[in-house]
Amino acid sequence: MITLTHYLVLSGILFSLGIVGVLRRKNLLMLFFSTEILLNAVNIGFTAVSKYYGDLSGQIFSFFIIAIAASEVAVGLGLLVLWYKRSGTVDLDSLQMMKG
Amino acid sequence: MEKYLFVALFAPLVGSLFSLLFTAKEKNTITAIVTSALLLLSFVSSLTLLVSIHDGLTLHVKMMDWISAGNLNLPFGFIVDNVSVIMMVTVTLVSTVVNVYSMGYMGHDKGYNRFFTYISAFVFSMLILVMSDNFVGLFIGWEGVGLCSYLLIGFWYEKESASWAGNEAFIMNRVADLGMLMGLFLIYWQFGTFEYDKVFAHVGSLNPAIVTSIGLLLFIGAMGKSAQFPFHTWLADAMEGPTPVSALIHAATMVTAGVYLVIRASALFSLIPEVGHIIATLGAFVAVFAASMALVNRDLKRIIAYSTLSQLGYMFVAAGLGAYWIALFHLMTHAFFKSLLFLGAGNIMHAMDDELDIKKMGGLFGIMPYTATLMAVASVALCGVYPFAGFFSKDMILAAAFNGGNFYIWFALFIGAGMTAFYSFRLIMLVFFGDKVHKKLGFHPHETYPFVLWALLPLGILSTVAGFFEKPFEEFVTEILSKYEITIPHATELGLIFLTSAFVILVIVATIYKYNKGGFSKQLENMPIYLLLKNQYYIPKIYEEVIFKPYYRLSTFAWKQIDVKIIDFIVDLIAKTLYILGQKSRKMQSGNLSDMLRWMVVGIVALLALAIFYRPGM
Repeated sequence: MITLTHYLVLSGILFSLGIVGVLRRKNLLMLFFSTEILLNAVNIGFTAVSKYYGDLSGQIFSFFIIAIAASEVAVGLGLLVLWYKRSGTVDLDSLQMMKG
Repeated sequence: MEKYLFVALFAPLVGSLFSLLFTAKEKNTITAIVTSALLLLSFVSSLTLLVSIHDGLTLHVKMMDWISAGNLNLPFGFIVDNVSVIMMVTVTLVSTVVNVYSMGYMGHDKGYNRFFTYISAFVFSMLILVMSDNFVGLFIGWEGVGLCSYLLIGFWYEKESASWAGNEAFIMNRVADLGMLMGLFLIYWQFGTFEYDKVFAHVGSLNPAIVTSIGLLLFIGAMGKSAQFPFHTWLADAMEGPTPVSALIHAATMVTAGVYLVIRASALFSLIPEVGHIIATLGAFVAVFAASMALVNRDLKRIIAYSTLSQLGYMFVAAGLGAYWIALFHLMTHAFFKSLLFLGAGNIMHAMDDELDIKKMGGLFGIMPYTATLMAVASVALCGVYPFAGFFSKDMILAAAFNGGNFYIWFALFIGAGMTAFYSFRLIMLVFFGDKVHKKLGFHPHETYPFVLWALLPLGILSTVAGFFEKPFEEFVTEILSKYEITIPHATELGLIFLTSAFVILVIVATIYKYNKGGFSKQLENMPIYLLLKNQYYIPKIYEEVIFKPYYRLSTFAWKQIDVKIIDFIVDLIAKTLYILGQKSRKMQSGNLSDMLRWMVVGIVALLALAIFYRPGM
C-alpha cells in the first residue's frame, strides 16, 4: 500500500537532490535541471497532499508551477544561449561581473 | 474691542519680524521708524483698552486651542483686566520712548537693525507675559523675555565681558525658573488646569501646606527674574548691554515681572501670609543691601542697577504684606523715573565716549543742561520728594510696613530711603557739578540730539506728576485686587510721611553740601566697610569660589572621565564592531552565483530552523 508518507518522502528526496545540484553544479545547464527537480519535488508534495485531503487547490497550484517553470526555462535557456554566444562557456564562475 | 487687544499684542511682533529682514544688511533707519511706529500703535491700543476697561469692561479672549492632549487643555487665551492693562500701558509707553531714544543712541552701531528686532521681540514677549490668562502663557512670555534679555545683554558679543554677562543672566534665571516650573507642575497636579480663573477659584479649598509650597516655588521664580538675593548678581553684570536695554529691560519692565507674578497670583499669596512675610522680609533686606552697594560704586550704570534692585525690594515688601495695589503703583512710577534715569545715563555715556566712571566726570551741567535737568527730576522722584512720583508710592509702602506692625521692615526701608537719597545725589553731584575732571582726561562731551531729549520728555513729565493719580489708580486696580486698609491713625501716618521726607531731604542737602565742599576724603576708601561694599560683599567672589569653580571641576571630570572614557568608548566600540563585521562579511559578496545560492540555502535553513524550533510562549 502506498500512503501519503511515501509520496512525501519521495518529494523530500527529490528536493534534497535538487538542492545538492544547485549547490554543487557549476554548469549553468545543470543548474536549470536542478531547479526543475526542485520544482517537481514540490509538485509531487502538493499533488499528494491535495489527493489526501480531497482538495483540488493543490493540484491546481501544481499546474501553475508547471506553467511558470516552462516559461522560466524558456527565458532562461534564451539567456543561456546568448551568454554562450558571447563568452563561449556555460560555466557559472564566468559570471562574476557583480563582484562586491 | 478685541481688535485693540490683538493690535496691542501683535504690532511689536510684526515690527520685530519686519526688522529681522534687515539684520544682515547695513544700517537702515526704516527699521527704527517702523518698529517705533508699531510700538506707538501698540501703546495707543493699550491706552484705548485702559479707557474702556475703566468704563467697566474686561476682555477675555480665547484665540485658539493650543495644546489639547489627554486631560491637558491649553488654549491661547488672553485677558485684559485692570492689572494687566496697567502693565501693558507701562510696558508699551516705556518701550516706545526707549525705541525712539535708541535711534539716536545706537545711531553709529553696526548692529543697528538687529537691535530693533530684539527690542520689539522683547516687547512682544513681555506682553504675552502680562496678558496671558494662564500660567503656561505667562511662563512662555517669562522665558521669551529671558531670551531677549540674554540676546540684548550680549548684544556686543565680541566683548568677552558682555557675552559672559549674558550667559550669567540666562543661566541664573534658568536656575530660578526650575523653582517656577515645579510650582507650575504642582498647580497642574492639584488643580488639573493652568487657567488663573479656575486655579484661584479653588485655591481656598486646598491643603495649606501645598498652597505654601506653590507660593514658595513661584516666588523662587520671581526672585530670579527680579534679581532678588541670592540671584541678584546678574543684574549688575547685565549693565554690559546697551543702555537703552538697561532702561527698558533691566529697570522698567522685565525685572518687575517677578512683582507682577506675585500681584497676579495675589489670590494665592493672600492665603499664605507667612510666605508673604518671607517675601516682605527678603524685599526689605534687598532694599538696604542693594542700596548699600550703590553707596560706593563708581560705575554710573551699576549705581542705577543697584538702585533698581533696591526699589524691587520695596515692591516686594508691598506685595508680600498684601498691599498689592501699592506694589503695582510703585512698579509703574518706578518704571517711569528709573528708565528716565538710565536713558539720561545713556546720554552721559554718549557724551563721554562710553566712560562709566563717575569720578572722571564732573561739571557736565553746563554742557548738557537738559539731560542734567531730566536726571535730577528722575533722582528726586526716586528719592521720594514731594510732589514727585516716588513720594507717593514709596511712602505708601513705608506706611504699609508700619501698618502691618513690621517695624523692623519699616526701619530697613527708612534707612534704605536715606541711602537712596545719598547715592542718587552723589551721582548727580559727581557727574554734573564740581570739578571738570573730564577736561584733564581729554574728553569732549556734548549734549545729545534734540529728538532724543524730546523723547525723554514724556517720562520726565510722568515722573513728576504720576503720583497725583494715586487715588484713581487705587480705585481702578482694587476692582480686582484686594483692598488694603491702613489702620494706623491718620496723624501717625502723616507723622511718618513727614519723618521720612524730612530724613530724605536732610540727606540730600547734606550730600549736596558735602560734595560741594569736595566730597569725602580718600582715607575712607581704605576702611574695611568701604572695601566690603565696593566688592559687593564679596558675593560674586564667593559664588565663584563655592559654585563656579567646583562646578567647573565637576564638569571637567564628567567630560574627561565619564564622557570620553565611558560613553564615547561604548559608542566607538559599537561602531568598530560593526565596521569589523562588515569587513569580514564583505567576502560574501563574491559575485559568484554558486556562492550566492549557497548563502540563500543557509538562510532558508536558518529560517526553517527558527520556524520549527522557536515557539514563543512555550
